[in-house]
Amino acid sequence: MSATAASTGTRPRFRRVRGWAGTLGLAPFTAYVGLFLALPTVLAITTGLLDVNGHLTWHNFSALADPVVLRTFWASIWLSLLTAAIGALVGALVCYALLGIASTRPVRVVVDAAASVLAQFGGVMLAFVFIATMGRNSIINQWLTGLGINIYASGMWLYDLPGLILPYIYFQIPLMVITFMPAMAGLKPQWAEANAVLGGSRWTFWRRIGLPVLAPSFFASYLLLFANSFSAFATAAALASQGSQIVPLQIRAALTSETVLGRSNLAGALAAGMIVVMVLVMTGYAAVQRRAGRWRS
Amino acid sequence: MTTEVRQAAAVALKGVVKDFGTTRVLHGLNLTIAPGEFVSLLGPSGCGKTTALRLIAGLEQLTDGVIELGGVDVSGTPTNKRDIGMVFQAYSLFPHLTALQNTLFGLQMRKTPAAEARQRAAEALELVGLADLGDRYPYSLSGGQQQRVALARALVTSPRVLLLDEPLSALDAQVRLQLRLQIRRIQQTLGITTVFVTHDQEEALAISDRVAVMNAGHIEQIGTPEELYLTPATPVVAAFVGMSSLVRAVIRGDQAWAWDIPLPVLGPPTTGDCEVFVRPEHVHVAGAGDPRFEAVVETSTFLGSMRRTLFRTDDDQLITMQHDVSETFTIGTRVALTIAPVPVAVRRVKTRCATVRASD
Repeated sequence: MSATAASTGTRPRFRRVRGWAGTLGLAPFTAYVGLFLALPTVLAITTGLLDVNGHLTWHNFSALADPVVLRTFWASIWLSLLTAAIGALVGALVCYALLGIASTRPVRVVVDAAASVLAQFGGVMLAFVFIATMGRNSIINQWLTGLGINIYASGMWLYDLPGLILPYIYFQIPLMVITFMPAMAGLKPQWAEANAVLGGSRWTFWRRIGLPVLAPSFFASYLLLFANSFSAFATAAALASQGSQIVPLQIRAALTSETVLGRSNLAGALAAGMIVVMVLVMTGYAAVQRRAGRWRS
Repeated sequence: MTTEVRQAAAVALKGVVKDFGTTRVLHGLNLTIAPGEFVSLLGPSGCGKTTALRLIAGLEQLTDGVIELGGVDVSGTPTNKRDIGMVFQAYSLFPHLTALQNTLFGLQMRKTPAAEARQRAAEALELVGLADLGDRYPYSLSGGQQQRVALARALVTSPRVLLLDEPLSALDAQVRLQLRLQIRRIQQTLGITTVFVTHDQEEALAISDRVAVMNAGHIEQIGTPEELYLTPATPVVAAFVGMSSLVRAVIRGDQAWAWDIPLPVLGPPTTGDCEVFVRPEHVHVAGAGDPRFEAVVETSTFLGSMRRTLFRTDDDQLITMQHDVSETFTIGTRVALTIAPVPVAVRRVKTRCATVRASD
């Protein structure tokens, strides 16, 4: 028996699926991605490039430079930057607090479960929660009014852009807990012990080891939170009764109205604009994740 | 060579007690280690050896007792002020720092001038044979290389004591053998006081000046490897250090009688039924006039420089004989055996006879 035959013969491995079977197995996924990701992207861009009569035009895309559209994009971006920042910081602190609790302890189980549920708790329900708790006729507001405090003295901000900050943070923090906890749990006790044995203090550990090791995972999670907030629609749609304060609402307006800003296919152009932002963010996310994964292995 | 020990410190544990919650894991441990000595803490898992080491490092808090380094009570001194070096079981290198940066860490904590620190770190890496891999990150190093970096990192600050917490247990057999020789060579060159924790008796015997055999939170016996092997103080030591067959015997006078073969006895005198620990190298084929017992060959194992053969005696006991490779036995053959009159460890009979690691 030749050496080659011996070496391949002794090492059992999964038979690789080739040709027909492999293609067939991938087909459902390919079809799904094609229909619900690639096709809409192409449609968003092409419809943005066409006018009502189907003629090629830059008119819609030039609307991306329109002050109203720019303002909306800016609103979406700062809302996402802010809520992602608060969510990331608070979420990271929650993870830090959970670090000392064994994953089988009730507190940890409850927090883990709550985080998983609440991270997906956007939309009409969340809007209702905030209206019921903090709205004009809510118990808290009436109680505060009784104390002579009027939180709506400068206007009904809950139903406007600033009103989105609290509900967004509500689902951003749990999402941070879910995505960042594995990285936090990956901090090995030996690193803290090695730091101490080598003469380092607690502060040294966090400054020289803990934070640098966690940084890539933290930024990856931050970008994920940004994307989560940037693409969120339902909460805003339920809360904001008037106007189109963020891009997804403006897309809705563009889809349901005949014309917005005198343009017919603005929705496609707006969606394409969002896609550009998301592609940038997710590219950054992938790059940072690769870095984080390298250390963890 | 700047990676040298400033002053090798003595280590003393005096009446050391450690509780975890309501469980007592160390029951008043006493241990004195001379400056420059290499002492192993050997025992099965859960015997308290790692806890003892972590107490010396200050990574656990004493429940009671005193720990001294260099004659000074350090019981209240935090880990980062104890001036020690430690190598952990695995994965203790900082993942975001290169081998060189890892090695520099302790020197930076001590505010060593940068130029001197770089020189000393480079020398420490050279000492462990990794001079060329200083700019590699831990994830691109093998397990053995990582542990050598960890050793360089622990030694570079010239600590007073080196603590090794099963540093070889996660490595392949061959690397393990290589690295333990390297650790011993470096330790002897530097003359650094070293405490080594292991559950591998062969490792402990091969590397140490003295070995402390631990069991259930106390030290059974401390002595040189030869002392432990030849004169085990307790049945636990006899069973744990080296290989033995456990054989039924009766004490009459000051001797143990197994199949009418008289054997000198180690340890305090006992009477009546007992079990004795017979080393495989003390079992021989009976010559003319030797006291003897008959047994049938069960298995025979070729071990390169020697052969071990397992016999079943007529009274259904198992006994292992170690012998020359040239001597071969066919399975099922009846052979008359004898035992050399070398002192044996004795254990009082608790349950029915079992053979301790009769086959290897």
